[in-house]
Parts: sequence; structure tokens; C-alpha cells
Amino acid sequence: MKTHVLFNLFATFLLADGLNIEDSAGQFFSSGHTNNWAVLVCTSRFWFNYRHVANTLSVYRSVKRLGIPDSHIVLMLADDMACNHRNPKPATVFSHKNMELNVYGDDVEVDYRGYEVTVENFLRVLTGRLPPSTPRSKRLLSDDRSNILIYLTGHGGNGFLKFQDSEEISNVELADAFEQMWQKRRYNELLFIIDTCQGASMYERFYSPNLMALASSQVGEDSLSHQPDLAIGVHLMDRYTFYLLEFLEDIHPASKANMNDLFKVCPKSQCVSTPGHRTDLFLRDPGSVLITDFFGSVRKVEITTEAIDLTDPIKEVEERPANGDVHKEMHSYVDQLPVSEIIHQNGKLCATSTNKMSLCCFHGDVSECEMQLPRGLGVEGPP
Amino acid sequence: MAAHRCCFPVWLFILCSFSLFIIAGSQETTVAPEQHASVLDNPQTAAETAEQTAGESGGVEERRWEGTEVRDAAAQKQAEPAVLQPTPQPKDDFQEELVVRPLHSGDIYASFQFRTLWETDFMRGNKVSHYRLFPKSLGQVISKFSVRELHISFTQGYWRTMQWGQPYLPSPPGAELWVWFQDSVTDVDATWKELTNVLSGIFCASLNFIDSTNTVQPSASFKPLGIGNVTDHRFLRYATLPREIVCTENLTPWKKLLPCGSKAGLAVLLKSEKLFHSSFHSQAVHIRPVCQDWQCKTTSWELRQTLNVVFDLHNSGQGKREWSLFKMFSRTLTEACPLASSSKIYIDITDNPEGEQFELSPATSLLSQAMVLGDRRTFSVYDLTQQDTFGSVRSLNLLIRWKSTEGDMLRPLLHAERYVAGYGLQTGEIHTLMYNHHPYRSFPVLLLDSVPWYLRLYIHTLTVTSKGKDNKPSYIHYQPSKDRVRPHLLEMLVQLPPNSVTEVTVQFERALLKWTEYTPDPNHGFYVGSSVISSLVPSTVAMDTNSTRERPLFSSFFPCKEESSYFVRVYTEPLLVNLPTPDFSMPYNVICLTCTVVAVGYGSLYNLLTRSFQIEEPSPGLAKRIANVIRKMRGVPPL
Repeated sequence: MKTHVLFNLFATFLLADGLNIEDSAGQFFSSGHTNNWAVLVCTSRFWFNYRHVANTLSVYRSVKRLGIPDSHIVLMLADDMACNHRNPKPATVFSHKNMELNVYGDDVEVDYRGYEVTVENFLRVLTGRLPPSTPRSKRLLSDDRSNILIYLTGHGGNGFLKFQDSEEISNVELADAFEQMWQKRRYNELLFIIDTCQGASMYERFYSPNLMALASSQVGEDSLSHQPDLAIGVHLMDRYTFYLLEFLEDIHPASKANMNDLFKVCPKSQCVSTPGHRTDLFLRDPGSVLITDFFGSVRKVEITTEAIDLTDPIKEVEERPANGDVHKEMHSYVDQLPVSEIIHQNGKLCATSTNKMSLCCFHGDVSECEMQLPRGLGVEGPP
Repeated sequence: MAAHRCCFPVWLFILCSFSLFIIAGSQETTVAPEQHASVLDNPQTAAETAEQTAGESGGVEERRWEGTEVRDAAAQKQAEPAVLQPTPQPKDDFQEELVVRPLHSGDIYASFQFRTLWETDFMRGNKVSHYRLFPKSLGQVISKFSVRELHISFTQGYWRTMQWGQPYLPSPPGAELWVWFQDSVTDVDATWKELTNVLSGIFCASLNFIDSTNTVQPSASFKPLGIGNVTDHRFLRYATLPREIVCTENLTPWKKLLPCGSKAGLAVLLKSEKLFHSSFHSQAVHIRPVCQDWQCKTTSWELRQTLNVVFDLHNSGQGKREWSLFKMFSRTLTEACPLASSSKIYIDITDNPEGEQFELSPATSLLSQAMVLGDRRTFSVYDLTQQDTFGSVRSLNLLIRWKSTEGDMLRPLLHAERYVAGYGLQTGEIHTLMYNHHPYRSFPVLLLDSVPWYLRLYIHTLTVTSKGKDNKPSYIHYQPSKDRVRPHLLEMLVQLPPNSVTEVTVQFERALLKWTEYTPDPNHGFYVGSSVISSLVPSTVAMDTNSTRERPLFSSFFPCKEESSYFVRVYTEPLLVNLPTPDFSMPYNVICLTCTVVAVGYGSLYNLLTRSFQIEEPSPGLAKRIANVIRKMRGVPPL
């Protein structure tokens, strides 16, 4: 009888413990992602669009602070504000007036800059269809367990976003790009934030699963900028990203703030425009999604007590020359300006030229010279 | 190995059998407890032998190197006693130095050089895998693309030769890349394209814009700066991007290539907020093979990272002629890089022998003389590897205070300018002026001009005049451009007569680009890269031709073959030309106008031709309408 009771107690204890394990295991795998990526794009050029670069750099700064490394961030800035000749304080980009916060910092790596920020490059980065010689830092190497944060800022309108004042990307193209990413299993969950005028129009056409989108203004509304700095002479930040930065400054890697808090950032009283969001394509409840699921890179660590055998270190085989005393020729530095060698480089061609300068001082032989003379050159041209 | 109180004998038995099993498996014959003791003894002997035979400089690196040996020895369980002697690792060496030269205009010129020497062979069959001081990213670039020499520089600002003299390492504004490939490369152009893409990722610069439209293959300039016998110019490629911006994002990966990063040594001074608030900022990476010793039978790879900066008297100096390390860099020095074999600061005091021009503090007794840029210069030296350099406050803040402003700068012997003449958007003229300020010696210069294809040069209008007379170059190499494929290349060897100005002029015509080829801001203009003038300038003192003697880094960059002259490279200004730019809003305007014209013109004509008129009765009053309805019902015609 006693053993029976003991056995029952033991079994219930095991069961309770097991439930606990299942609970924590469930929590462990609740978000479903194992790595974080961020694609931050500023699409505006020219000095008076300083605030767009400051917007992107603030999000970059928050994302780096919360743990995503540079190798997992693709930062695209269409123009250089920090070292612009009109910047009174070079190598700085400020977000608050009176130069309180330098969001450019000392440790920044911009992957696409200047003329490289085009619609084509942006879509290639998202879909992964880049030329084979593209370096790793310019690629979005995400997999199906990656959570990606995409942040776009610039000038936009109803259904489009302007890139560098010369081309635009439409909401249909963007939705199709995300669908391509979904088909190729390039993301687990994707958070899309856009800070432009009429930004909500950009996420209207999304149709792929696991997408959550936030915008700074509705269709028909303009997103406004926050405050100018009289020393620098331009507006420093846009309102929505300014309050987003203030919100993110309070987040630390262990914070439990969730997406519902993010939706409340910048109400109409502060932002003048009405920020919007879209969660119908997202499978999880936004209240259970942590901010750090997208903005941070919280690694989950599983402690194991197994021992792993490391193999013996590979001994480098030292190549010795066959005979110990090989006669090696003496190397020397090359003459930097060998005048006589240069003059005689083309041998007879230059030497036989008349007092008029001959164009036949090409490399190689005379036949090449005759072929290469383009029409009209080498004869008396128009005065 | 905590022993359980209840099962102690069982655990002990299991442990003993386990250890016996291990011993049976290994080749040793010693018993288990003795083996543990001997393994403990071994690391100490390994450390001793390593210390004796390594001969490395710097205590910290020695200890670090020993650490690896200990782990190796323990893992192998002393299989062979010979492994305790270090396998001959390629030796690498790191040196850092800073040269400060006060300029006569009140500005100050600081030049950092970091050099890593490594005796290894990247071109060997099995790949190099153990990198220590040499950065792995660059080592992999060298071996993958069979690079013999690589020189890349990023510059912001233009070097004013007449006010500042000659720089130790010249560089043109924007980005410049020139590479010598090994002669084993079969397709140089494809390798060059891949190399530029990889470098754009390493340095966070848009070097991927280097393609065939801005790459040239010089035929006589840019000879290799490292050792080598073959100089077939088919393996040389040169490209510049004059528009390239340099900012913190280029400095960050550059600093990460240094062995100590920016945490220790001279690199702590490299703070971007101060470095970019300057008149001139240039950072470069130079990789080349050099002689290992005076015999020069074997080569080692040299990586030089250089950073030149000129701080302006009024911008950074606030108008006061007083410079200190803290004022220039907002940092002071506290230690040398532990991995460096030498870490020195040189202050140029040649113009201040008695201390009458400026005062240098803290005082130092170390002096050094060097032959650099054709002149014998004297330097005060601060050795950062000595602890007493830092004094009692444990930090070094050099102070240079000017006392008098008199004194004349030695005018540089070679100087060049370039500008665009002409008016309108159709034609123009490029003028290049080269000044020879030597009173009685003439010397040859090699001028390299690479002009983009959209400025169509008329080479028949090329004139070279000195002192008003025609000066025929002794060598001309011209490669005409091909639209959208390659640029113009013009190389000339000109003898500059003494005390004269030589002017090279060529007329050009501007091309109309296709509307997709314009940049997003075409009204800014299009850049033409700097001309490069390479020359052997006569020197006032005998230059040192022994290349392997211990010399400060700043004087040992360009190899010197003869005593009476030194090699110098001068870059002119880049040009900014406006091309005829279309109005990009015209398609919209044209559509609106055309549609309006069509609607008004054609529409009116159509209406006139096809519209017919009908007479319509005015609508009757209410009574009449009711009457009409009743009449209709009766079948009678309405009123």
C-alpha cells in the first residue's frame, strides 16, 4: 500500500515536472526565430533631407544597441550628411536639437551609399538575387528562421516611395517582393515600418503571411518633421521616428514590451498625422510579440552537459626545399621612372616621327597603330 | 570528481578501470597518476623552451604564443618531445609611428603609419590559415585574386602643395585604386572586377562603380613599388573615383584591420569627429612584397596603413598657433600597442634648431635625422615603448607652442595645377600647368591623364609649351576612348626646363548622354579624375639608397635607386564639368501639352464636322404639360 502511494506521488511529481518542462520548452520555441536581420533604407538625397538620414541612423543605432551585429544589418543611405561640406560639425548626425545625441557615432558601417541606393538594388537585396561577386556585407543572408525588420523613410505618396528624386517603388512591387521572399523561405516573420507621407498606402497591397506593418500616416495625410536646429539649419528628424527613438531608448535586451506598446507610439496629438498598423497577415497575437523579437537579437542559449571530443590539431606541413641551399636570385626594387627605357619602349615608331606629333606611339606594331586610328583623328581637324 | 558518500567504492572502481582503459589506448607506458603529474610538469618546460627559441618581441605576445603551445602539448599527451620546439612560424612584425610637421601657414600636418611585415608566401599551394598580426580579410584577398601589389586610398580634400609642401604619401581626392596582378592571372579584367567588388565590401565604399569606363592600363606610370623583376603593364590596372565620399564608415573598417584596433597605441587618437573636421584627410592601404634583409633573396609581405591629416589653424585651431595632441585628436596617449615592436612619434624640428620658432613640450632628448623628400630633416623622437615617455601623469600630451611667425618655407620644386577653360556647354579646353621651381636643373616628368569618354578630346589640338616655346614630349602614349566602354588615356614624358611653367592644353567637346545615364543629381556636374605627375626631382642632399637599413617608416616608402634625385608623385585637382543636361520634367510636360493640343484642336474640328443641331421647344408651363399628357392619352397631337 505504501509503495503504491509512493509510486503515485512519484508519478504525479514527474508529471507536474514534465508539464513545467513543456511549458518552458513552449516558451523557448514560442517566437520561432533563431536570428535577426535588419534592412534600413533612406531614400532621399540632398542636404535638406537631412532628417531622413537621421531617421534611418536612429533606428540603426537602436537596433545595434539591442544586439543585432553589423553583419546582420544592411544599411542603405542615399546621401552622405555626416561628411557633407554643409555640415557645421563633420562626422556627426544629430537627432535632437542642441546637438544632444549623435546618432552617427564612431562605429558605423554603411553598406549601400550614394548612387547605389536604387529600387533595383533594394529589391535585389530583399529577394537575394544579387550578382555573384557581391560581398557578404551587402547581402541579406536570411533563412526561414529569420525575423527581419525593414525600415523605409523618404518622400512618398499614395502608393509609391520616391528613391533619390529620380525613380519610385510602388506598393505592388513591394508586396510582390515580399511574396517572393515568402516563397523562397527568406523570412520567418517580417516587421515593416515606413515613415513617409501617406505611408499607409505602402502596406495596403501586402498578401504574404507573417507580415506586420506600421506607418507614420494614413492615406491623404502628410508626415511632418519634428524640429529644426538653427545651428545646422535643417529639420533634424521626422516626428514619428523621433518618438519611436524615444520609445526604443527605454527598451533593453531583456525588456518584455510587446507590439501593442509599439502601436501606441506617437498618437495623433504628438504626430499630427495618424500612425497606422496592419496585423491581419500576422499569425501570432501582437500582444505576445516582443519588441526585441525584431529590434534586438536575443540569442537563446541551451546548456548541454554532453562532452564533445575535439580532434587533434592539424600539424602544418613545412615545405622544405629539396636541397638545403637553393640558389635564389637576388630581388631588387623596380626603377620608378626609367626614362631611357620609356623613351625606347616603342622603339622605332616614336623615333621616326616628324616634327608634328605622331599619333602612332601605341604599344605594339605598326599594323595595330593603323587599325586603331579612328576616323577624323590624326588629320587636320577643324580649327 | 566529487565522490558520492554512498557509492564511493563503486565510483573509485569505475574511475580506475576507466583510466586503465585510457592508458591502454595511448602509446605511453606510464601509470595513470604519474601521467597526470607529468602533464602538469610539461607546460612549464614548454614555456621555457618557447621563451628561449621564439625570439619574438613584446612580452604579451610571447605569453600568448606560449599559451597555444601549452594546450597543444597537453592535447597530444606529449606524443613526441620534438613538438615542444616551436615549428618555425612565419615571423610577423608590427610598427607604428606618427610624424607631426608644423606648417608655416599655422596648420599642422600629422601622418600616421602602421606597418605589418609578414614572412609568408600567399602564392603557395596550401592555403595560409593562421593569421596573427596580418588581417585575414586582406590576406584572403591577396591569395584569391593573385595580387602582387595593391594600393588603395580614400581622400577628402585636396593637398595644397604651395602652402603645405610635399606630403609623405600623396593621394588624389576621392578614391584611388591601383593593382599589380601576378603573371599567373589569365583574365585580368574579370579578376579586377571581382576584386573591386570585394574591396567595396571590406571598406564600405562604392568601389563597385569601378568598371571598364573608368579603368585604365598605364603604360609607363605606376611602376611597382615592391620588389619584382617583371614589369609587364598588362597586369596593371588603375582607376579613380573622384566623387567618392570619405566618412566614418570608411574609417571604421580601416581601424579594424590594425592589430590593436583602436584600443591601444597610436590608433586611439583616430577619432572621426576630429579627423574629418580638417582641411585634408587621407587614409590608405598599401600592400607589397619587400626585401626581408639586405641580401634580398627572400621576400616578405608588407602591409602599410597610412593616415594623413592636416588640421586647419582657424577651423580646428581656433586661430591660436598652439597645437597639442589633445587639441588635434581630443585624446592623449597612455601606452603603446603591446603588439608593436616599435611605436614612435617624430616631430619635425628642422626649422627650429635653437627653439626660436616654436617650443616643444614635454622635452625629449632623443633626436633623429632622416633623408626625406630630398632634404635632411631633424626630428625629436618620443618612444612610446619606454615607460618614462609618459612621465608621472602616465599620459603623453605633446604641446607645440609657436613663438614667432617669421621664416620662409622651402618652395616645393614640382607643383601642378589643372583647370577647364572655355564657355558654354559644347566645347572646352583642359589646361594642365606644371611648375619647375629649380633654378638651374631640369628634370623629366611623366604625365598621366585619364579623361572619361563623354569629354571627347581632340588630340590634334594637343599642345605642350614651356616658356612660350613648343616642348615636344619624348614619349607619348595615347589610347582613344570608346563610347561607354573605356576612357581616354594620355601619357607623356616631358622634360621641364629649369625655373619655368609648362602648359599642356587639349580641346574637348561634351557628349550628350542617354537619359538613363544621368545621375540623380546631374546639375552637380561630372568629375574628371586628377592627373598624375610622376617625376624624379633633384634633391638637395644625397638620398639613402640602401633600402634595408633601419629607417623611419615615412622615409622608406618610395624606393630610392640613385642618390641625386628622389621620386615624387603629384596629383592635380579633379575637374568638375557640366554636361548638357536635359530637363527631366519634359516628358510630363510634353504629354500634357500634346494631350491638350489634341483635345482642343482635333476635338473642335471633329465637333465642327459631325455635330448636328436640333431645334428644341422651350419647356412649356405646368398647365400646358398636363394638357399635353391628357392629349397624348387621347391620341391627339400635343400643343
